[in-house]
Amino acid sequence: MSKSLKKVLVSLLIGATVLTLAGCGSSGSTTSTTKDAISGEINGGGSTSVQKIIDAAGSEFTALNPEAKFTYSGTGSSDGIKGATAGTYSFGCASRELKTEEKGNLTELIFAYDGIAMVLNPANTVTNLTKDQVAKIYMGEITNWSEVGGADAPIVVVSREDGSGTRSAVEELVGFEEKLKADATIKEGNGNVQTTVAGNTNAIGYVSLTFVDKTVKAIDVDSVKATVDNVKNKTYPISRPFLAMYDESKVDDTTLAFLDFLMSAEGQAIVEEHGGIAV
Amino acid sequence: MQAIKRKKQKETIIESFFLICAFVAVISVLAITVFVFYNGLKPFVSNSYPLWDFLTGVEWRPGSNMYGIFYMIVGSIFATLGAILIGVPVAIFTAVYISEMAGSRIGKVIRFAVELLAGIPSVLYGVFGLGIIVPYVLKISPMAQGESLLATILVLAIMILPTVVSISETSISAVPREYREGSYALGASKIQTIFKVVLPAARSGIMTGVILGIGRAIGETMAVMLVCGNPIAGIPTSLFDQIRPLTTNIALEMGYASGVHQELLYSTGVVLFIFIMIINLAVNKLVKTKVGS
Repeated sequence: MSKSLKKVLVSLLIGATVLTLAGCGSSGSTTSTTKDAISGEINGGGSTSVQKIIDAAGSEFTALNPEAKFTYSGTGSSDGIKGATAGTYSFGCASRELKTEEKGNLTELIFAYDGIAMVLNPANTVTNLTKDQVAKIYMGEITNWSEVGGADAPIVVVSREDGSGTRSAVEELVGFEEKLKADATIKEGNGNVQTTVAGNTNAIGYVSLTFVDKTVKAIDVDSVKATVDNVKNKTYPISRPFLAMYDESKVDDTTLAFLDFLMSAEGQAIVEEHGGIAV
Repeated sequence: MQAIKRKKQKETIIESFFLICAFVAVISVLAITVFVFYNGLKPFVSNSYPLWDFLTGVEWRPGSNMYGIFYMIVGSIFATLGAILIGVPVAIFTAVYISEMAGSRIGKVIRFAVELLAGIPSVLYGVFGLGIIVPYVLKISPMAQGESLLATILVLAIMILPTVVSISETSISAVPREYREGSYALGASKIQTIFKVVLPAARSGIMTGVILGIGRAIGETMAVMLVCGNPIAGIPTSLFDQIRPLTTNIALEMGYASGVHQELLYSTGVVLFIFIMIINLAVNKLVKTKVGS
């Protein structure tokens, strides 16, 4: 009886000592990384737009720290914010600015910027639209391609589902908030939008710059090409921040180590490699 | 004495284990019902959104606090009706062919194909619809996009085939041989026998299949989401109009919604739930009359 009690006490003492030491370690200098192996599970979640970047950074991080486990679920920005607030995610990601009521106790970290490309079917002759024209197309005031210098054909407007970070970013950045025309086709996810635009000559859609592939054509907006450079130098009008956030009181060291890695030169290289724009 | 007692105890334990297993289904259905209704009725009880506006509104703009699902109810009903109109005759004729006309080998092949159809995941129906049916509809459509009520109906019509075929076939095969023989003895041809004797005799079983098919069509989500267009407003007035059924409304936005928006998605679920319950009650009634007759 007394033997087992002793055992418990000893292990508690050891635990307390380790915790204190760990606390000292993290409050010490931040430039030199501690020699202790980083272990533990990180489970992030949120915006689907950041998934490529975060997944790549995660697998690089776990390659460097084999003891750590990493998962990220792309469930949408709002879910990421909720999960970070509730502590069900070790960190959450959002591809839009947080609303005031969402901020709570969250610590935000901008780790990249993103551009959103307006995409057309490659067969479409239009190569440039002004922000105003895009807004009018999405509000249903411009309904034929001939009105913006294209062929005489109706415009098929493709949008994302309500609540999508990309959709709210576009509506806000282009300026047609909550005025989407009633008969716009709604598709779930960047991939579905792209498939739809690729399959319909008269369609217009929008996807994250990181998602644009050769099946569709990204057009210029306000005569500025949709390129990474132009988002970086802030000339491209439809761009937004990529945020990671966590609750200071619930976050663990492993997660913080991952976010540190994400902000490091190495992490930012991964951001760029996957179409994001480094901060 | 002791041995018998122990045996009895064992029996009781096993019996209660079975009872617990049986209750898993009951508890699940209760839990789901309570959960959906509790969340779905909240906005109307707390007056954060008027029930009347919810049921009769024709625009769904969460950002502008407009949550009308009337056009979705219409869309769901039209899509289901259309799928039944096309799918049911095809399914019944398939069932008749398998059980009355086909040789045993070709019958087996068709039955196997139908069973396979039942096993295909619904998202694959959606992908097929988006890749094949939508572009085809676009070719004949006066509209500029192929996502439409028609595309939805076509996908759903294929999806309900297995349910209706297998249940109809079972009930057609269950029609006693004597009925057919009596019909032939009166000089009726095979076709006359099928339409005047066999199908009427199998009527209630076929109706059960049809109603289960309706249930499948109205509740289908993934396949439909890819081909229906999901517009935020507008009652469909033609086969080429886009629709947003109740199911896809929930699936599209649940991941992102919060507050009243989320509660009203549950409310959409309540409406869907009521539709399904009506259908199930109808099935129960039909099955009962079948037993009675």
